Amino acid sequence: MTDQQLQLKSIQYRQKLLRYITEAGAGHTGGSLSCVDILNVLYNRVMNVSPENFDHPDRDRYIQSKGHSVEALYVVLADKGFYPEAELKTLCQYQSPFVGHPTRKVPGIEMNTGALGHGLPICVGLALAGKMDNAQHRVFTLLGDGELAEGSNWEAAMSAAHYKLENLTAILDHNTLQITGHTRDVCSNEPVDEKFASFGWHVVSVDGHDLTALTKVLTAKPIPGKPTMVIANTVKGRGVSFMENVVSWHHGVPSPEQYEAAQAELIQKQSALSEVR
Amino acid sequence: MSAPAPSMFSPAAQAMIAKLGLNKGRANLEEFAATLQELAERDHHIIAVTSDSRGSGKLGPFGKALPQQIVEVGIAEQNLVGIAAGLAAAGKKSFGVSPACFLTARALEQIKNDICYSDVPATVVGISAGVSYGALGSTHHSLHDLAALRAIVNITILVPADNFETREAIRAAAASEHPVYVRFGKAAMYDLHGSNTRFEVGKAITLREGTDVAFIATGETVIHCLLAAEKLAEEGLSARVVSMHTVKPLDEQAILAAGRDCRALVTAEEHSVHGGLGEACAAVLMQAGVTVPLKIVGIPDEDTVTGSQADIFRHYGLSMEGLSQAALEQLKRAESLV
Repeated sequence: MTDQQLQLKSIQYRQKLLRYITEAGAGHTGGSLSCVDILNVLYNRVMNVSPENFDHPDRDRYIQSKGHSVEALYVVLADKGFYPEAELKTLCQYQSPFVGHPTRKVPGIEMNTGALGHGLPICVGLALAGKMDNAQHRVFTLLGDGELAEGSNWEAAMSAAHYKLENLTAILDHNTLQITGHTRDVCSNEPVDEKFASFGWHVVSVDGHDLTALTKVLTAKPIPGKPTMVIANTVKGRGVSFMENVVSWHHGVPSPEQYEAAQAELIQKQSALSEVR
Repeated sequence: MSAPAPSMFSPAAQAMIAKLGLNKGRANLEEFAATLQELAERDHHIIAVTSDSRGSGKLGPFGKALPQQIVEVGIAEQNLVGIAAGLAAAGKKSFGVSPACFLTARALEQIKNDICYSDVPATVVGISAGVSYGALGSTHHSLHDLAALRAIVNITILVPADNFETREAIRAAAASEHPVYVRFGKAAMYDLHGSNTRFEVGKAITLREGTDVAFIATGETVIHCLLAAEKLAEEGLSARVVSMHTVKPLDEQAILAAGRDCRALVTAEEHSVHGGLGEACAAVLMQAGVTVPLKIVGIPDEDTVTGSQADIFRHYGLSMEGLSQAALEQLKRAESLV
């Protein structure tokens, strides 16, 4: 897949997730827009996972610890062919499998998440099992800024380094915002890179919307004996100008007018990209 | 240093044990550790996860014999349960082993979400459960665990009464494809079962038949019920004793049969009287329209008295004397209701 095709997917994923959030009248808009480029690269460039190999023990594993940004994940999994995209019309509706946080009821989801601070310990278990079995697969998780206040992350961070889990990569969707406001005002996690480094992790920083840069760091050979923390510097609400860096879009749902404006902006970006091609 | 623990049994209860010819086994904790090691030697996918608790869990020999099958996480119960869930999701049979008091309180959300909601084949092992830690105090007691876990979907709750039930519970957990919670104490237990007894998850074991009063008990209180039943027999009363080793799913038929066949019921558990076995039995009986005088014997809703496990059992009537007295009181109520 070319860089341009990947960029096009990022725009389309944004269009789709906004559509399903708007139709459902519920969802985590800002965080989904923040992390969707990371998911795009993981599922289309990095991970060996597909509907065909999802039962295979050697598939790569992805656990979305910041489970609330599930709409981005649902859209990407539909694109990967785990289920028809039309099923997302039932998002958060009565009796739908598409719950507002990741659930194994949905094909392609490994573990139920949503309560924060759970993904990293689970991934330590998955990565330990991989090492016990001499498996080659990798384990990825996506963390949010706000959830780093949960102590369980730091328990798991210690374990991952202690057990030298180079097959584990955590990605921090570092948009610096959470539901109440700036993370630096709520409970600062900075310097987050130094914290993980001091816990024994290999830490890299990357522009979390630069698909090429993300590909490079996520496909890089792991440092032997060290888990990797990718600090992906992102913008909450990325891709829709009036949503970017605005705290209230954490779980804001677009009005019909806002939805039209957002789609118009994304269509314009899509056209610009096509012209370049 | 803690003071020497007094006996769990009064001289009269000890005489009754001798009369019944019960053999003293080992602690259920030791039986668990030996059984798990035996299973793990045959199945290398069995993994023990400990939180600085391999000594408390009697898993030292396991760790020495099978170092590749034990994961130490340090004192971090939330991490322990998350890791156990991850291991189970990756095809391992994980056993997360830690004192019940910490495991089922501090890591309750991980048990609920990572293990139960995701429905992975992990077993949560609550060691030194109930008031096993005695005078160490309420921080170390787990009197809430059955209540909390009964309200969580997908988990089976096993509370073995003796070494046989412990061995079978651990085997069943290892064979299960779903979450299991097993809890037990660290005091040596008497063997309650004959060699022909069959253990089946969800099916209570009737230790003694009877038609006047029935004791429905779980875990380490069962023996006290058995002794109480024998004491009542000496007074000419016929008492049934049911070991409800599976608290969830409950053997409703055994409860209803006891309620229909007997004039009074007494439940016993090393747990708060709120939300445990007793209330579960009461709910089954009432919803089936079976009304019978019932006493729930457990730890009342108060600051637990200071003392050893034996002191606490005796204080709250979890003894031959206390339980037989409770049965007589319920039978008296039954007569007054006729």
